[in-house]
Amino acid sequence: MKRVVVALIPYLWLLGLFLVPFAIVLKISLSDVAMARPPYLPQFSWSEGISTFLSQLDFENFTFLTTDDLYWKAYLSSLQIAATSTLLTLLIGYPIAYAMARAPEQWRAILMMLVILPFWTSFLIRVYSWMGILSQEGYLNQLLLGLGVISEPLIILNTKIAVYIGIVYTYIPFMILPIYAALHRLDNSLIEAAEDLGCSRAKAFWLVTVPLSRNGIIAGCFLVFIPTLGEFVIPSLLGGSGTLMIGKVLWEEFFNNRDWPVASAVAVVLVLILIIPIVLFQQNQQKQQEAEN
Amino acid sequence: MPQTVFAPWDDPTAKPLIRFSNVTKQFGDFTAVRNLTLDIYEHEFFALLGPSGCGKTTMMRMLAGFEDPSSGQIELAGQDIVPVPPNKRAVNMMFQSYALFPHLNVWDNIAFGLRRAAMPKDALRARVEEMLKLTRLERFARRKPHQISGGQRQRVALARSLAKAPRLLLLDEPMGALDKKLRQDTQFELMDIQEKTGTTFVIVTHDQEEAMTVASRVAVMDEGELIQVATPSAIYEAPNCVYVADFIGDVNIIEGAVHPCGPTCYKLHWAESFAPLVASSEQPFATAQKAFLAIRPEKMHISAEPPAGAENTIQGRVHDIAYLGNISTYHVEVAGGRMLKAQAANTRRIENRGFTWDDQVWLSWASNAGVLLEA
Amino acid sequence: MRLSGFNITSLTLGFAFLYLPMVILVVYSFNESRLVTVWTGFSTRWYGELLNNQAFLDAAWVTFKVAALSSTLATVLGTLAAYALVRGGRFAGRTLFSGMIYAPLVMPEVITGLSLLLLFIGIGLERGVLTIVLAHTTFSMCYVSVVVSSRLVTFDRSLEEAALDLGCSPWSAFRLVTLPIIAPAVISGWLLAFTLSLDDLVIASFTTGPSATTLPIKIFSAVRLGVSPEINALSTLMIAIVTLGVIVASLISKQKFVQQQQRERQIDNRTR
Repeated sequence: MKRVVVALIPYLWLLGLFLVPFAIVLKISLSDVAMARPPYLPQFSWSEGISTFLSQLDFENFTFLTTDDLYWKAYLSSLQIAATSTLLTLLIGYPIAYAMARAPEQWRAILMMLVILPFWTSFLIRVYSWMGILSQEGYLNQLLLGLGVISEPLIILNTKIAVYIGIVYTYIPFMILPIYAALHRLDNSLIEAAEDLGCSRAKAFWLVTVPLSRNGIIAGCFLVFIPTLGEFVIPSLLGGSGTLMIGKVLWEEFFNNRDWPVASAVAVVLVLILIIPIVLFQQNQQKQQEAEN
Repeated sequence: MPQTVFAPWDDPTAKPLIRFSNVTKQFGDFTAVRNLTLDIYEHEFFALLGPSGCGKTTMMRMLAGFEDPSSGQIELAGQDIVPVPPNKRAVNMMFQSYALFPHLNVWDNIAFGLRRAAMPKDALRARVEEMLKLTRLERFARRKPHQISGGQRQRVALARSLAKAPRLLLLDEPMGALDKKLRQDTQFELMDIQEKTGTTFVIVTHDQEEAMTVASRVAVMDEGELIQVATPSAIYEAPNCVYVADFIGDVNIIEGAVHPCGPTCYKLHWAESFAPLVASSEQPFATAQKAFLAIRPEKMHISAEPPAGAENTIQGRVHDIAYLGNISTYHVEVAGGRMLKAQAANTRRIENRGFTWDDQVWLSWASNAGVLLEA
Repeated sequence: MRLSGFNITSLTLGFAFLYLPMVILVVYSFNESRLVTVWTGFSTRWYGELLNNQAFLDAAWVTFKVAALSSTLATVLGTLAAYALVRGGRFAGRTLFSGMIYAPLVMPEVITGLSLLLLFIGIGLERGVLTIVLAHTTFSMCYVSVVVSSRLVTFDRSLEEAALDLGCSPWSAFRLVTLPIIAPAVISGWLLAFTLSLDDLVIASFTTGPSATTLPIKIFSAVRLGVSPEINALSTLMIAIVTLGVIVASLISKQKFVQQQQRERQIDNRTR
């Protein structure tokens, strides 16, 4: 009996504060905007009955999302930014993880801590720290102008490039850790065996190291890609008005336009898009667990 | 027609396949291999034997190209191979952990080296099939390494390293991970394969029985130096020092002072009020020089009655008997509480044995049964 | 193993990339000028202004309250959830339950925030500290549950069974045996929940009302307009607190490790 209670409290909590709210989002996404409080119709009322209520729901908002090119452009641009920055994070994170796995045993704990440490500092502050660096009169431009590399300040802040930098910077630990875990387990004699059988260093890396760290790479990519897709803080601080990302669109739709039904519809579509990488990620994790057992 | 014995090391005109000349390898302060010179000949099955940390693995890794000597030269077929990277050497290695690529199946593991050599497809397929047949792995070609047994994995590792037909195959503790029964079978299989392919094998092992079984010559190493390099029988019958005698097999060591009694004859005074022991030795000893007589337990005869006409006899008391089935080892306490071991074949049923615990017995042996060694 | 030049380069560049922006931030927080990017001289002026800014202090207090409450609540709920998932066997709705534990981890914050806000409006709950605490508890309990259940999975179940065998009730077996052993994971879970709550901007922005402004909300509205010296000072303080916390935590765990080793050595000596 007590065991049931143990499970019941968190179960009910999540039902009430996760599932029900999401059902509400779904419902509102099928409602119409209204000049009222709350600003949507229909309102559910017992007197009118369920069927009347249901008959008033429609897919109008979703149709709207396809007609106004702001939305599908924002989705595409989010996907493109998430994909590009995931790739960049991989390209920068892999050599770091590789060097960590190759470092002397006694360094590794410290290196690990140095990678994890930024996790504990405020995300907002980490993003903010780049504003001073990338702005037109920022430290990077000062340095490059001072060195005579450029004669005109570069415009980086409020462009996609700044968003890429921000994403790589904040999400790189998610990439490094799983790749490091995979490389750390890699038996060095496998590399030696490949060299012994005629591989050059580079060839042994491609034929042995990369395939054997594949699971780490995949996990790292998903861990960066999934949260980036709905990212809000980075595009709004570093991306400027020109950078479209769906998280930002949803925020503006809700707070600035107060169009709750459309904001809800945007959210529902975003969840639908996210389901694909999440399921793939789950499968990868499961396969990896099975391979380990 | 007299059969020619395979012994290129006795032939001064024979060219060695591998030549270590004054090779030293240091890791920081630690000297793993010390000024070592060694020749290994074509078609040999050469064993590097020694306890862990004796430098045998470092020797092998220098041959494979994973370590560079700190000084000295290593030649393969007359060519200096020190500057040649591992992937360009006609040397392959079978790793102790096997180092099979977990993401490739057995077939692809074996083909791995051949693909690097850009072998034509048909020739490659034929070669892999040949290797699979040689190691009896045809049925497992499509399996991944984790789907086969330890013994099969070992054979995949062997097939993979042999596939490129290297001039020299290095085997690092190839049977370390196998259980005893499988190990014995595998040893003979390995010798068979070595004979069939004619490849020169260098094996690293800490298991003296294994080295004795498979090798044409054994090099006993300790602390980075070669102690003795000789055929298994020479190592066993004529060890050149107490360390080798003690390391290989079971041995009785009797300490004493020697006095010459003929051109190759010495008397060893080993205990007061006991008759000196007679031993023959080609190696000269000075009068009253301290020496050790090393004698194998199976060369000691044990009897309940004093034996007639034996050159050496010692009386003692049976302290312990280790019954091993085919043979028994007797621990006999002799003068001054010293313990000697004698082995006897159990040709009779055990209840008919002439002596048992605490019985008086006589140990006897011929003057040429043991080896006289310098202290 | 020695590191090759390439590896040393990637480590150096990698960690420079990770830490340089924060170092610059800290250094320039001591800049006298209001123009943040122009160094005019050393000064602690902005720290003084920060400490006199009542709005920031209020926001910091609200943030701390929310974090303390929500992380404690999340730790209790998350530990219970982990226990139910790992030890509960098969119960009806288990798949839904574990789905609800993992979903918030991958759900974009904007959606979690939006859905909770719609719920709070729907049930007519006035928005303020309470609603932020509820929201933060909901998503951080999932993190706690993941941390705790990864420890519970490796936990030797026979220890609990031994306690039951020796006469413990299930509850006292949990309290006397399970809890002390999983305590490090529970503590890390709490710390994680606390940090997540301190850090959160998006969900707090959705679920708060005019009565409660958290520090991230305050910072966000300030930096939206550009870099400001007060925010640099504030960031430096937050970085300092975190660094200090991590150093203290690693010292404690190191001390524990040393003590453990000493104890083991003593046992070794005694048994020898």
